[in-house]
Amino acid sequence: MRAEDEAQIVACIPSLRRYARGLTGNPEQADDLVQDTLERAWSRFSRWQRRGELRAWMFGIMHNHFIDGLRARRRQAEHDAEPELPEIPVRATQADGLEVRDLGRCLAGLSAELREVLLLVAVEEFSYREAAQVLQVPIGTVMSRLSRARERLAALLQARPAAGQDAGRLHSVK
Amino acid sequence: MSDDNLRLVAGNGTPITEADLHAYADGQLSGERLAEVAGFLAQQPLARERVEQWRQQNRALRALLDPVLDEPLPLRLPLAPPPAARRWGALAAGVAIAVASASAAWFVRGELDGRTAPGGGTVVAVADAMSFARRAAVAHVVYAADARRPVEIGADQEQQLANWLTRRLGATVRAPALKDVGYELVGGRLLPGGQGPVAQFMYAAPSGQRLTLYVTREASGGRTEFRFTQDGPVRVFYWVEGNFGYALSGEVERGTLQRVADEVCRQLDGLG
Repeated sequence: MRAEDEAQIVACIPSLRRYARGLTGNPEQADDLVQDTLERAWSRFSRWQRRGELRAWMFGIMHNHFIDGLRARRRQAEHDAEPELPEIPVRATQADGLEVRDLGRCLAGLSAELREVLLLVAVEEFSYREAAQVLQVPIGTVMSRLSRARERLAALLQARPAAGQDAGRLHSVK
Repeated sequence: MSDDNLRLVAGNGTPITEADLHAYADGQLSGERLAEVAGFLAQQPLARERVEQWRQQNRALRALLDPVLDEPLPLRLPLAPPPAARRWGALAAGVAIAVASASAAWFVRGELDGRTAPGGGTVVAVADAMSFARRAAVAHVVYAADARRPVEIGADQEQQLANWLTRRLGATVRAPALKDVGYELVGGRLLPGGQGPVAQFMYAAPSGQRLTLYVTREASGGRTEFRFTQDGPVRVFYWVEGNFGYALSGEVERGTLQRVADEVCRQLDGLG
């Protein structure tokens, strides 16, 4: 394995962490996912054989781990009480009039498959074709999920409780 | 607004679909299609509003998640393949050549090593040195090319940088001053190593050319002479002193790199 290849993999890590954080909403769980992904990537690298883009390949590995984890948790959670909405702790910033903490909650309100597509396209800036490759679905599926994700996110943001019991902790900068 | 409205538009190309609007919002259109969709949006305020809402979502999501990019990487993440997955041939050959062709000054130093690190100690040190030299080369490629954020703490906070690294590594760590050999300190960062944290200092020449000095505490003692290895365009001088391993990497002439490495060593000896 050449240093350039290693460097390329290492260079993916910050954006893998960003993606994982968006998927899970939880730093610990996100880094578990990144760790699993990296371990797999290092051990499978020889099988990648330069077909397609390395970054898409890495995100594809993360997708598989994420889905596996969801299935396992779903089985486990069958008897559990209502799951807590994950929180995304972030720096206090304001973006486009959206309170980011609210946004994190609304994002967590999307189904996993909608969240994946939206994050891959909007944040990771994958082309639709690459996103289809990462998720192993047809490009038409990417488009329809993207459309639904945006609609749903807009609806959730619209419906978020206006300065309710959280008002004390939120900092509204307008 | 219903999607049907969007499909009724006449145009030179194929009718504009919702997919086009998404692609427009995501910056995935180019050329003629981009112009067609832009023309369409100019006449369709509702579609325009929708696209603007999507773009706002994109910006907000990035604002939410981008701070993760600037976090230091957790130490538990594996930044290199497990030892078995490596091909050592090339690097081992490089080491052999480096040992055979060590310059006179380092030959003297090498003799000294023979006395201070008897028996298998030297062999162990060499194996350690090879693995950290490899990691140093990789870290160099990753961060020297990072225009946006090459370091975590800048040289303007040099004392803070020294304190922070010293605390994290559990031993006094200071960035050597390399002004006299043409390199200014840019700053430093902490990285996961094989077993614990390592420090990386970054230097830059006026031309923008970058060198990195990688400092690890995971060496297993003893002392090695200067060794040289090269991986692609990256050349590395590395050596071990006690529990410290050092690797100086750069895409520069070997002679230049050696001059800088000499200076680093001189200053470290001065400190010790």
